[in-house]
Amino acid sequence: MKEKGFFYYRKKAVNYLMIFLSFAAALAAIIPLAFIFYYTVSKGAQYLNLSFFTQMPKPVGETGGGMANAIVGTLILIGIGGGIGVPVGIMTGIYLSEFGNKKFAAVVRFMADILSGVPSIVVGVVAYTLIVVPMKHFSALAGGVALAILMIPTVTRTTEEMIKLVPQSIREAGLALGIPKWKTTLMIVLRTAWKGIATGVLLGLSRAAGETAPLLFTALGNRFWSTSIGQPIASLTVYIYDYAKSPFEDWNNQAWTAALVLILLIALLSLLFKIITRSKYKTN
Amino acid sequence: MKFNRNVLPNKEEKKGLFKKIHLSNNIGDFVFERLTLLFAVSVFLLVLLMGYEMYQSSKLSIDKFGLSFLSGSTWDPVKEIFGALPIIYGTIVSSVLALAIALPLSIGVAVFLAELAPSWLEKPLSFLVELLAGIPSVVYGLWGVFVLVPWIRDYVEPYLSDKLGFLPFFNGAPYGFGLLAAVIILSVMVLPIITSITRDVLKSVPAAQREAALALGATRWQAIKIVLADSRSGILGATMLGLGRAIGETMAVTMVIGNRALISPSLFDPSYTMASVIANEFTEATSELYLSSLVELALVLFVITIIINGLARLLVWSMDRKWRRG
Repeated sequence: MKEKGFFYYRKKAVNYLMIFLSFAAALAAIIPLAFIFYYTVSKGAQYLNLSFFTQMPKPVGETGGGMANAIVGTLILIGIGGGIGVPVGIMTGIYLSEFGNKKFAAVVRFMADILSGVPSIVVGVVAYTLIVVPMKHFSALAGGVALAILMIPTVTRTTEEMIKLVPQSIREAGLALGIPKWKTTLMIVLRTAWKGIATGVLLGLSRAAGETAPLLFTALGNRFWSTSIGQPIASLTVYIYDYAKSPFEDWNNQAWTAALVLILLIALLSLLFKIITRSKYKTN
Repeated sequence: MKFNRNVLPNKEEKKGLFKKIHLSNNIGDFVFERLTLLFAVSVFLLVLLMGYEMYQSSKLSIDKFGLSFLSGSTWDPVKEIFGALPIIYGTIVSSVLALAIALPLSIGVAVFLAELAPSWLEKPLSFLVELLAGIPSVVYGLWGVFVLVPWIRDYVEPYLSDKLGFLPFFNGAPYGFGLLAAVIILSVMVLPIITSITRDVLKSVPAAQREAALALGATRWQAIKIVLADSRSGILGATMLGLGRAIGETMAVTMVIGNRALISPSLFDPSYTMASVIANEFTEATSELYLSSLVELALVLFVITIIINGLARLLVWSMDRKWRRG
C-alpha cells in the first residue's frame, strides 16, 4: 500500500482548519447578539416599573416618570401603518400570484423588491414632502404612511409566496363547484394560506414598530398625551434616540428601559399572532 | 338515452341559466381582478412617485449647485454652501469597510449552517442569526453609544494607535465616536442579511455537486469550495444587498459616527453618512435651500440603493434560475 504523503496531510489539515474557522465564525456572529440582549435586559430591567407604563415623561431635570404616551403612540403608528400597508400588500400579492400577466407582474415584483431596499430615512423624506408639507405640520398620519410604505414589500412578497404554495387542485375544486374565481381566491385560497400571510404581516408590523428614521420628521414626537392622527405623536423608538443623546443619566437609563419594552412589545406581537393563527382543527 | 325533461332544463333554459351565473360571476371576477390590479399598479407608481416627489422638492438645490453638489467638499449650512463629497466619502468608506469585515464572517456562518451543522444545531442557530436582523436599529445605536463606543475609546483605539499608529488610518485622539465605531456596528448589522441569503444560495446547489467531489476523494472543505464557486453570483448578490443596507442604515450610524463632514484617512476621526446627515439636520433645516439640499441627498441615496438593489436582485434571480433549468 502506498504511503500517505505530505499533500494528503496538508489537505486534511486545511480541511480541519477551515471547518474550525467556519464554526468560529458562527460563534462570533452570536456574540454581539448575546451582548446586546444582556445589556438591554439587565440595564432595562433595572428601571422597569409600573410607572413607566402609566406615567408621562417628566420635564427636564426631574427624575422618574414613564412613557405611557410613547407606548400608545407606537401602537397607534403601527396601527395606521398596518391599516394602510397590509391591505395594499395582500391585494398586490394576490394580483402577483393569481392574476398577473407575466411581464407586468415581473415589473411589480421587481418594484416591490426595490422598495424593500429603499432606506427607511428616504421613505421618511418622501412622507415629509407628500404629507407634512401640504398639511403644514407634523402628524401621526405622516408617520403611519411612512411605516405603511416600509411594510408593503414584506407583506406583498410573503402573500405571493404563500398563495403560490396553495395546491392548484384546491383552486380547481372551488371553480369546479361553480364558485366564481374571486370568491375562490378570497374564501378558499386566501384561507388556506392565511397563516403564512399572517407571519408576513407580523414581520412587517414588528419591523415597523422598530423603525425610528422615518418617524423623526413625520410623527416627530410629542412630550404630551396625544392620540390624534393629525397631531405629532410620541413613539418608543424616537424616545430611545432622544434619551440616548441626552446628557441626563436618568434619561439614558430610561432609554434602556424603552428599548427593553420595545423588544418585549415586538415579542408580544409575535406571541399574539401565534395564538391567533393557531389552528382550531388538527390538519395534516 | 332519454333524459327526464321535467328535471333537467332544456337547451334554451340552460343557455339562460348559464348566462345568468356567468354574468354575475364575470362581474365579480372583473371587479376583483381590476381591484388587485389597481393595488399592484399603485405599488409600481409609488416607487416612481417617490423619485418624482424628491426631484421636485430638491429642484432648488439641483439648479443652484448642479454637479458641484456631488463634488464640493464644503458642507456649510450657515453660509448655505452644500457640497456633499465628504458625506459621500463617509458613506462609502463606512459601508465598504463594514462589508470587508462582515463578508468573510457571513460566508463562514453560511457555510457552517448550510454544509456543516447538524440539523439540531442549524435550526436554532439560524433563528439566532435572524434575531440579529430583527433588533431595531435604534437599539443597536443605544448599545453602540453606551457599550461599544466606551470600549473602543478605552481599549481598541489606544491599542491600535500604539501598535499601528505609524499608519494614517490609526492616527489621532481616541475619542470613541467615529468611523471605527460605525464600521463595527454596521458589520454586525449587515451580517445576518448576507448570511441568510448566502445560506439559501448554498442550499440551492444540488447535492450531486458535493457528492461528485467527495467521490473523487475530495475533503469536506474541497467539496465546499466547489459549492462556493458554483454560488459566486448568488453570494455577490447577497453582498450587494448587504451593501445597500449598509449605505442606507441610519439610526445606529448617526448615534456613533460623530457627525462631522470631514474627509480624513483616520478611522478614529468623526465622519458623516448621507443617511445620518438627513436624520440629524432635517428638522433643523431653516432655509428652503438647506431643506432642498437635504432632500437632494435623499434622492441620491434613493438612486444609489435602487441601482445596487436592482443589480443584486438580478444576480440572485439568475442564480435561482441556473439550477432550476438544470
